[in-house]
Amino acid sequence: MKPRHPVFWPLAGLLALVLLNAVHDLGFLKVTLLDGHLYGVPVDILTQGSRTMLVALGMTLVIATGGVDLSVGSVVAITGAVCAVLLQGGHGLTLTLAAAIGTGLLAGSANGLLVARLGVQPIVATLILMVAGRGLAQLIVDGQVIIIKSSAFEYLANGFLLGIPFAPLLVTALYLGTHFALRRTALGLFLEAVGDNETASRFAGLAAARIKALAYIFCGACAGLAGVLAAANIRAADAYRAGENMELDAIFAVVVGGTALTGGRFVILGTAIGALLIQTLTTTMYNLGVPPAIAPVPKALLIIGVTLLQSDKVGRWLGGLMRKKAAT
Amino acid sequence: MNHELLELRGIGKKFPGVVALAGVDFTVRAGEIHALLGENGAGKSTLIKVLTGVYQADAGELRLAGQVIRPTAPKDAERLGISTVYQEVNLVPSLSVAENITLGRQPGRLGFLNWRAIRRRAEAALARLEVHCDVDAELGSLSVARQQMVAIARALDTSARLLVLDEPTASLDEHEVAELFGIMRKLRGEGMGIVFVTHFLDQVYAVSDRLTVLRNGQLVGEYATADLSRLALVGKMLGREVSAADFTNQAAAPAVATAPVISARGLTRRGAIAPVDLALQAGEVVGLGGLLGSGRTETARLLFGIDARDAGEISVQGGPVRIASPRDAVRLGLAFCSEDRKAEGILPNLSVRENLIFALQGKRGMFRALGRAEQEQLCDHYIKALRIKTADAETPIKNLSGGNQQKVLLARWLATRPAVIILDEPTRGIDIGAKQEIEQLIAKLRDDGMAVLFISSEIDEVVRNCSRVLVLRERRLTGEVAGAGLNSENLMHLMAGTHEG
Repeated sequence: MKPRHPVFWPLAGLLALVLLNAVHDLGFLKVTLLDGHLYGVPVDILTQGSRTMLVALGMTLVIATGGVDLSVGSVVAITGAVCAVLLQGGHGLTLTLAAAIGTGLLAGSANGLLVARLGVQPIVATLILMVAGRGLAQLIVDGQVIIIKSSAFEYLANGFLLGIPFAPLLVTALYLGTHFALRRTALGLFLEAVGDNETASRFAGLAAARIKALAYIFCGACAGLAGVLAAANIRAADAYRAGENMELDAIFAVVVGGTALTGGRFVILGTAIGALLIQTLTTTMYNLGVPPAIAPVPKALLIIGVTLLQSDKVGRWLGGLMRKKAAT
Repeated sequence: MNHELLELRGIGKKFPGVVALAGVDFTVRAGEIHALLGENGAGKSTLIKVLTGVYQADAGELRLAGQVIRPTAPKDAERLGISTVYQEVNLVPSLSVAENITLGRQPGRLGFLNWRAIRRRAEAALARLEVHCDVDAELGSLSVARQQMVAIARALDTSARLLVLDEPTASLDEHEVAELFGIMRKLRGEGMGIVFVTHFLDQVYAVSDRLTVLRNGQLVGEYATADLSRLALVGKMLGREVSAADFTNQAAAPAVATAPVISARGLTRRGAIAPVDLALQAGEVVGLGGLLGSGRTETARLLFGIDARDAGEISVQGGPVRIASPRDAVRLGLAFCSEDRKAEGILPNLSVRENLIFALQGKRGMFRALGRAEQEQLCDHYIKALRIKTADAETPIKNLSGGNQQKVLLARWLATRPAVIILDEPTRGIDIGAKQEIEQLIAKLRDDGMAVLFISSEIDEVVRNCSRVLVLRERRLTGEVAGAGLNSENLMHLMAGTHEG
């Protein structure tokens, strides 16, 4: 039996969930054109899911190297705070965006330095910034929620380009760009090699530490941009809540998407589907009126389901069960 | 006394796309050491796994002391009296010797352990082997050889009637091997049947009573060891007659002495190697001889920039160079095939293709990616040239046999067109056919003008392949032999430190 394509199960899960929603409420799939803009639940899912998708994109590369980045949620909060303070001070959009990306790059570099150069375990290294980052964000906004009054800034999260929401377009472009950058150069191979066997990669003449650091830096930049989108979405910098639990959603998206936490092979398309799956579920919960306090339970069930289906052992077991049934 | 202890009749085992075993018979008597031989892929491992309950046979019958058995798990086989010690020690390094010996069957009640009984049992198990070591010591602090003894003691702690040793000598030095053989003979004397899997023919003749040869999943035959000449045995394993000429020294020194391709002066690392000088010319194979732990690998690692050196200079093509990492070394035209294929060589989950082009791609850098067509061309070329057995280039390398993995790694380096290649135990753990092919390849590389530094524990192999040998002992360079002086006797004396002068 040929192994299934790694995106098979996450895609099946996503379709099943959409189907379930459609059966429950036929309006779910409805997309309307209003004032030349697309509206509807699927459009909402794409727009709201774009931040998780973005963070998960960076996370995919980090996980491919065999690491993990827990600090992305805090980086989202920090960049949001940086944007708000700069915009409040009357600075332009270009400078603000440059500062936001720069902040993400800086955060990623700090993680990369700790993990790749100093050999700190990824969980510990990024936990430092995860914990300290929230405090730093609070410090930047002085403990306040700062309201953002720039329509150009808000456009990034809530605007439309040719009738299509801008944020998902941006994220799709970044996914495509990353995919080609990794697969047209040898960087993708190098990342997978470092994640698969770091010593062997080094012995074959690879600058393994540099490759690893690069993954963290890219992940930081993605989180920085996601911070921009998060702040623009709510038109405010909320240092306390912005990006909360985002690292977990991102890790879920990557794992559900078929990239193993042990590193090695990564599946960028799978990550995108994984992120959409999680967002669809969140939206579904919201639409069904499930109280936010118990919303994580179905989420967890779904993740368990998809990961079990991906496991070879369960696959064999299910295969055996089906054969038995066919025999009787 | 010598009744049949284990009888396997008509054992068959299929995997998707592969017939691993077809109608294999295998008989072990009580009180004998029975060697199981064959090239990689011959079906030895599968047979062992059927025997120990890891796999279940599709066809055939297993009998232990006349009774039909069907072990479905290693634990099952253990209970029946079949104990196994695997090639890589499968114990827990951070636990004590006593804990390791009794792990999973600790005496005690209600979940509480009886530590005194644990120690007593471990001591008894070790005493049976006449091995003396502290049962409270952490296993990881012992030498690999000692760990192996502990593994055997653990295997015998159950009421074992049949002991399976799967390449137990792969990481032992000669003295340790002798010690292991002593234990094996003692157990044989007690009436135990021992299955001994090994690649070392010397050891087969040193210790086994009878032997069974497998090839391509089929039984070639069962022989009394004393009745089968070494040459005939190799022929049976390879399925072809081998002429004696295959084993003579064909290595020639380069015709004209030229400037060295690479030279090192005073290469030193504290605790690893005392100052070493060496120089390699184009078109010569230089051996680095010595016992395990003599500093051979350490020297290679310094040369290749894996470990930092405390002192010393390296010159490539006559000019001094800076080698601070393997990356520097690769860019200067060096290549290094590590002795530890699994930990330092293969990228297990990546394809043969990706493994093969990896060093070349690394040398080119990430932006000058090799095109898919170019990669496939390289793969086609090397899969054919080195006769790599793989379903296709997209198969994960971990699915290949050891010998074929090694060939892929060699191809990985050859693709970078190195001027100097360091081969650290390139034939370890691979079958004789692949060994010969790799030796032929080394000769070809030499003829093509490559400088080869060849490290091997097998003295015959060093004599066969090298035109000059540097001998290390106790982490320092103790001598050099070349020309007429290059024979196994001289080498052994130098390694052992019993040479005159």
